[in-house]
Amino acid sequence: MSDLTIRNLFIIPTIAFLIIFNIFPLLYSLGYSFTDFRASTNAPANFVGLQNYHYLLTDPFIWRNFTITAKYVIVSVTGQVIVGFGMAMLLNRDIPLKGLITTLLLLPMMLSMAVVGLFWKLLYDPSFGIINYGLGLGKFEWLADPDVALYAVALTDIWMWSPFVMLLSLAGLSAVPKHLYEAAEIDRAGSFYTFFRITLPLVAPIVMIAIIFRTMEAFKTFDLAYILSSQPTAELIAIRLYKMAFLEWQTGMSSAFAYIVLVMVVAITNIYVKYLNKVKER
Amino acid sequence: MANIQLKGVTKEYGVNKALRGLDLEIADGEFFVLLGQTGAGKTTTLRIIAGLEKPTDGQVLIDGEDVADWNAAERDVALVLQQYSLYPRLTVRGNLEFPLKSRIRKLDSAQIAERVDKAAATLQITPLLDRKVERLSGGEMQRVSIGRAIVREPRVFLMDEPLSALDAKLREALRVELKKLHNDLGATFLFVTHDQVEAMSMGDKIGVLNRGKLVQVGTPSQVYSAPLNTFVARAVGTPPMNLLKGTLSGGQAVIDANGFELPVNGQGGQDGQRMTFGIRPEDIRLESGAPVEARIFDIEDHGVVKILNIEVGEHRIHATVPARMPVALDETIRFGWKGDKVLMFDPETGHNLSI
Repeated sequence: MSDLTIRNLFIIPTIAFLIIFNIFPLLYSLGYSFTDFRASTNAPANFVGLQNYHYLLTDPFIWRNFTITAKYVIVSVTGQVIVGFGMAMLLNRDIPLKGLITTLLLLPMMLSMAVVGLFWKLLYDPSFGIINYGLGLGKFEWLADPDVALYAVALTDIWMWSPFVMLLSLAGLSAVPKHLYEAAEIDRAGSFYTFFRITLPLVAPIVMIAIIFRTMEAFKTFDLAYILSSQPTAELIAIRLYKMAFLEWQTGMSSAFAYIVLVMVVAITNIYVKYLNKVKER
Repeated sequence: MANIQLKGVTKEYGVNKALRGLDLEIADGEFFVLLGQTGAGKTTTLRIIAGLEKPTDGQVLIDGEDVADWNAAERDVALVLQQYSLYPRLTVRGNLEFPLKSRIRKLDSAQIAERVDKAAATLQITPLLDRKVERLSGGEMQRVSIGRAIVREPRVFLMDEPLSALDAKLREALRVELKKLHNDLGATFLFVTHDQVEAMSMGDKIGVLNRGKLVQVGTPSQVYSAPLNTFVARAVGTPPMNLLKGTLSGGQAVIDANGFELPVNGQGGQDGQRMTFGIRPEDIRLESGAPVEARIFDIEDHGVVKILNIEVGEHRIHATVPARMPVALDETIRFGWKGDKVLMFDPETGHNLSI
């Protein structure tokens, strides 16, 4: 076999797969987003132009979903970065059983979202959940309280994904040359000064990457929130989208919705990536 | 400014002994060079003085005070490492200011700026002050890290092979500058190196370290001309001293293994005793009428001098000759040595018998 044949043998299946399962549906749904198509009926799809987009972007209820999602992303990612980075700082020293502790701390993120959701539903349970028992909150309804439900979901997400941030931060922290800390010690720098002047600048790029990943993931959170709470105040975009597409069967409308979300995620990611490059340059 | 004293300092890493009862004294304002090979314990010594490591046993005294309980910050020493260890993402100025911004110092910004500008001028890095350290060359980085040591006006400068990572030209230039800096500041310098040229050219005093023990301390010329044992004799000087086993017999060195006989005028040793004879390459003379015949095995032309490797019997001997001297590979030549320059060492212990 020539090099060219081998190359084609590897590339063609991948390209074909990509076209059939990614690019084709992407373009096809773009087409649907300009129609009133419903997958549940036999009625032909009518072209309606930008009507779906216009409707969605002016609908106050949809905007509420976006606000809820934004809140969720901010709370959840911030929490993960604080907890994850903190754990990484604690682990980045010589302690006994460091490897074992690290592995154990990583377990939450290896579980399935659905499993985590079901477990935490039990933990949050108002009558026999251990959280109410532990905090002495009586019959507090974590997941049914409209003010709290979203944050309860975010808390679960923090529990699950902080280890991811920890893992990346730990890699960054252990890559900081030790002699810099020694130099700082001899230069009589305090520990805060050392942290902000040496540790943070060197770890920032890799933490930034963790933040990008977590933001994208949090933005499209579905399973965890869907299993945990059915409160409208905890209805994230992904859940709204799911309902629109598969419960209400508004296929055309939901395609348009999905495109709006896609553009937003790409935009946010771009901002981060730009910032990441700036951090790296400095 | 300060003097430093180490008394019986031992440092163990598990079963490894990095230092074994090291005694060392560095006078106030001295440029002391610690010379030794990799693993001799130079860096450990430095780190113990700096307070980055605790000795397993023994005392460290700065200005006569036991500093065992002082941490690195309290000892007020400056450390320059081989890796430049500049603070990342800061400008050169930011790096130079770094040690001065510590709250302990209570310096106002005008004082800081003054010190930074002065240090920058001394090291000729003023044009670089606003540049990020990532954009500096190796030599510039090392200047900045030396600058960071200077601005602090520390009691002691500790330098751990600061020039080793630089290319030859820069190394020479910085060597001169460091020496000048030492003269200007009058501070105590402890300079660690494995490079004996550096040690010889810079030190007021050289301490030769071998396997965690100080073998000899002295001025460069003392260490060079009167090494205490064969280790020091080989450690100092390029090419190293020639060491030849043989017997002292009637004022003659009788070299083993198809060797040769040449007169010795030095004292020490008895007639008939087994010896290791030491002779520096530059004390070997090549002359047509000289007593011993040899073959030229290798020639290294250094411009000013030629270093020859000559073969006689089973021995290879280094000889330094003027560059003008016409020599060719495989040529047969005749050589002798300056009998009064021959050193005699105990073949068992390696100890210099004439001291």
